[in-house]
Amino acid sequence: MSHGLLLSFEVTILVLAIFLGFELISRVPTLLHTPLMSGTNAIHGIVIVGAMLVAGLGHKDTLTTVVGLVAVVLASANVVGGFVVTDRMLEMFKKRESPAAERAAQDGGATDDGDPSKPEVPPT
Amino acid sequence: MGQVATNFAYLATIVAFILALKFLSSPATARRGNWIGAVGMLIAIGVTFAQKSVVSYWEILVGMAVGGSFGAVAARRVKMTAMPQMVALFNGVGGGAAALIALAEFHNIAPAPGRLHGDISVSIILSALIGSVSFAGSLVAFAKLQELIQGRPIVYAGQQVVNGLLLAAIVAAGIAIVAGSEKQWLIWAVILGSLLFGVLFVLPIGGADMPVVISLLNAFTGIAAAATGFELENNVLIVSGMLVGASGTLLTILMGRAMNRSIANVLFGAFGQVSPSAAAAAADSNGGAVRSATADDVAVMLAYAHKVVFVPGYGMAVAQAQHDVRQLADLLEARGVEVSYAIHPVAGRMPGHMNVLLAEANVPYPQLKEMDEANSEFPRTDVALVIGANDVTNPDARTNQGSPIYGMPILNVDEAQSVVVLKRSMNPGFAGIENPLFVNPKTVMLFGDAKESIDQLIAGVKAQ
Repeated sequence: MSHGLLLSFEVTILVLAIFLGFELISRVPTLLHTPLMSGTNAIHGIVIVGAMLVAGLGHKDTLTTVVGLVAVVLASANVVGGFVVTDRMLEMFKKRESPAAERAAQDGGATDDGDPSKPEVPPT
Repeated sequence: MGQVATNFAYLATIVAFILALKFLSSPATARRGNWIGAVGMLIAIGVTFAQKSVVSYWEILVGMAVGGSFGAVAARRVKMTAMPQMVALFNGVGGGAAALIALAEFHNIAPAPGRLHGDISVSIILSALIGSVSFAGSLVAFAKLQELIQGRPIVYAGQQVVNGLLLAAIVAAGIAIVAGSEKQWLIWAVILGSLLFGVLFVLPIGGADMPVVISLLNAFTGIAAAATGFELENNVLIVSGMLVGASGTLLTILMGRAMNRSIANVLFGAFGQVSPSAAAAAADSNGGAVRSATADDVAVMLAYAHKVVFVPGYGMAVAQAQHDVRQLADLLEARGVEVSYAIHPVAGRMPGHMNVLLAEANVPYPQLKEMDEANSEFPRTDVALVIGANDVTNPDARTNQGSPIYGMPILNVDEAQSVVVLKRSMNPGFAGIENPLFVNPKTVMLFGDAKESIDQLIAGVKAQ
């Protein structure tokens, strides 16, 4: 494939991605804007692919080795930190902190959430 | 792994990321979406390991171990109140990685004359420039939010001129590269200049404007990642980067709209400089008198209300009062009081900041009301309890054309039967703007640390 043709395909998917991005993000409620930020943070951690391609080169000089290594460190921190912190946040969003389980803890009575075998995990 | 198989595997990653964003449309599915995104990322990493050109593994594995463990520990330890700076930090490292990839690419492919296509060199410069600005800018934002440096705008004479000249110089170096010069110092000049620009660009932006800045830097890192995709001719980077770029851009626009200010005004207006006249005049302006109440008075008001709306702001985050607020809400609910929370889009230091804090305190999310919904409820609210929020409740935004925030959509707390404002002192808020809400006859002030005041209210309500 000629270089120009490849470029035209790349620009096409870029433009489609912009429209798709706006469509997807406009459906995210303001309630979840912080997880959205940290979630998209994790997604741009995809630069780790580029960092790996640089760091994984066979014959490279010192500069490339150092730069590649640092890029992998930064991108890995981005990926792992982004997904972990987003998971921590989303875990907290609950409709109701099972009032049944709370009552059960208080008076040892029966729960009414239909599934007493699965008590709500207390937040840590 | 062949190129075709690789591209199809990367497509799986792209689909996973799209699903992750799609599932964020509801809190019920959002967490699953995040996991799908993480799986997509693992696929991309696995596929990249199988690339023919990737032959040296130890650098990658060492780098991943170091970076990954730092990210994991930081993400597990961070307090929810410190989330804005954490997001800024993770955002910055992504931008830094994009800039470094650009540096290595240019370093490796530039020496052979004629090998650099115009679009490749443009991509290299864009990812070096935007990635570096995002890296340095995010670190400054981090330092401001962490209070390592002062949050107020840092301004000096000729600031815009200096920034403009610096940017022009960076662009000139970039154009030289695109025009065919393959001198190594040019790419260094672009990167170092952009790092400096990133610092200078965020320094004059005040803490209250951080929601806009963080969103914008988020967009920058996404765009830098997409540019890296063009550089490496890699679809997954182009699409994922641009999804993030679109997300950050949209959030930036939403935040600007929620403050009724143009993005240019936020970035270059140095909003929130110390305004001594406003600070001095705050208490005695408008001719009104401030009524201060005791915690017991307020506890009685709350205990015998039908409907109470909490209006949290950055002050609640600073005092870490979210758990106490929830306790108070529980007590009131147990007495039959209807409780909800009114969340302004720019309350706090990042988009959705208050929602995360209250979710941490186990507030059920259906009680968290967006601005429009909350405003429709204030007229039938008995008590609006403002906790460390200021400018987002300022009625001047509706009525006083001379006010710097005139036109900004606000929470109409003054439409409630009565208003209680929890505040440290009469000092004006971050932006140094007077708030006539405080001298409204409906309003009583409860001075003190938000957490201590809420604890006193809890004791007071229990005594009823």
